[in-house]
Amino acid sequence: MGNIFDILGPVMVGPSSSHTAGAVRIGMVARQLFGRQPEKAEVILHGSFAATGKGHGTDRALIAGLLGMMPDDMRIPDSYEVAKDMGMDFVMKNKNIKGAHPNTAQIIMEAEGVPQMKIQAHSIGGGRICVCKLDGIDVNFSGESCTLIIRNVDEPGRIMEVAAALSKAEINVATMQVFRDKRGGTAVMVVETDQVIPQSAIDELESKPGIIRVKFLDPNGSV
Amino acid sequence: MSYQSMEEAQLRGEKENIPFWKAIQLEDAQERDVKIEDSWEKMKYMWQSMLDALDAYEPDKVSRSGLVGTEGGLMDNYRENEEPLCGDFVSKVMSNALKMGCNNACMKRIVAAPTAGACGVLPAVLVTYYKEYNVPEEKMIEAMYVAAGLGQIIANRAYLAGASGGCQAEIGSGSGMAAGAICYIKGGDTDQIGHACAMALKNLMGLVCDPVGGLVEVPCVKRNVGGAVNALAAADMALAGITSKVPVDQVIDAMKEVGDKMDVSLRETGVGGVAGTPAAQEVVEKLGM
Repeated sequence: MGNIFDILGPVMVGPSSSHTAGAVRIGMVARQLFGRQPEKAEVILHGSFAATGKGHGTDRALIAGLLGMMPDDMRIPDSYEVAKDMGMDFVMKNKNIKGAHPNTAQIIMEAEGVPQMKIQAHSIGGGRICVCKLDGIDVNFSGESCTLIIRNVDEPGRIMEVAAALSKAEINVATMQVFRDKRGGTAVMVVETDQVIPQSAIDELESKPGIIRVKFLDPNGSV
Repeated sequence: MSYQSMEEAQLRGEKENIPFWKAIQLEDAQERDVKIEDSWEKMKYMWQSMLDALDAYEPDKVSRSGLVGTEGGLMDNYRENEEPLCGDFVSKVMSNALKMGCNNACMKRIVAAPTAGACGVLPAVLVTYYKEYNVPEEKMIEAMYVAAGLGQIIANRAYLAGASGGCQAEIGSGSGMAAGAICYIKGGDTDQIGHACAMALKNLMGLVCDPVGGLVEVPCVKRNVGGAVNALAAADMALAGITSKVPVDQVIDAMKEVGDKMDVSLRETGVGGVAGTPAAQEVVEKLGM
């Protein structure tokens, strides 16, 4: 269990920490991972999110997050209108996602000049979330710490390169997870760090052979 | 490491000769590695947010489902024009509990304490008392620490989510936290704070989480009233010298046991209890859920 401000708090727009505040966080983390505001988003609600999402404002909360709002933003109930003003097109669908957690949303984001991104995340209560799929690959992170996400070719030496680059930038690794779709296919490294990773280190990683894409999520940064 | 029991927090208080709220604050500063001034400022922000949240109530606004929203205004009208059975102060507490519950359902900004569904209990008790009796703001913020500390002990020994332990974990915990906090404001010592919390928890033990259509509206909004009034009664008993024969830590453990035995249909699934009644099913059908 967290600190006393997880008990007395958060300050949030109602009515539900899991279905509203958590949904805002899912949208927010998706936006941070995408690196910018999507021009087009497709949002899929599953399970309890689909069944009670409308009454809980889950739909509006997810869009609010994609627009960069925090869980206490008073504009959350009006996020559909804000999306129009800010030039973000979106569709909202209910769909059963096999085997997914009851409070799951899937978001596909598009913008000109950048590859499409698809994330799946679920809300675990108290406004906290877990990102569980990134472009079809299973992952598992909360977005509460600095998180480095690297897509690379599944071949020997890639993990060492990443570790070396982080070491050079004096970044301490808190946790590290490695996933892949198949042997020799695409792999994903999720590295949670104690420090914010400087852009120079991200650029260096991105230039290495075998590294496909690098994303850095700073929970206190703005996108 | 946060307190695992009231006993532990009390021991520290006695050892260092500090009040309960201070023991909670020191632990928070240590846990989050911040200055005690920063901890205080954050708690002050929570308190201010509660005051603001209550002010934001609009009696004409209803939730998206249309099920709730006007209750706070109705209670105010009644209170002002008739003689409520519960008297002036308690009827104001009831009114404020309804307003916060409605605000939450209407997607306004609230302070989850301990959850969004139970966000009306603590402000109904604390803000109403603050406004009626002119208590210094510092004292209210100290009381917020008392509430947070009790909530944390409940979270460490049992749970705070309806999906885990039923409404006893949400409104019940909110009521226990509010009982301890208001007991402190009225001059109760750490023992009395513990008794107030224990009695409030015991009175709501077994309360199930059965929201109609899974929405945080029916019966949640009105249960905030139940939790707030129960908190006042428990605090008054403790201040009168009435004790809980079972210490608060053991009451929390009992609450956990009861929650663990609660059928899943009664834990925020919108299936059993009030949610399972024909009237509730009709609502669900009408809303197209």
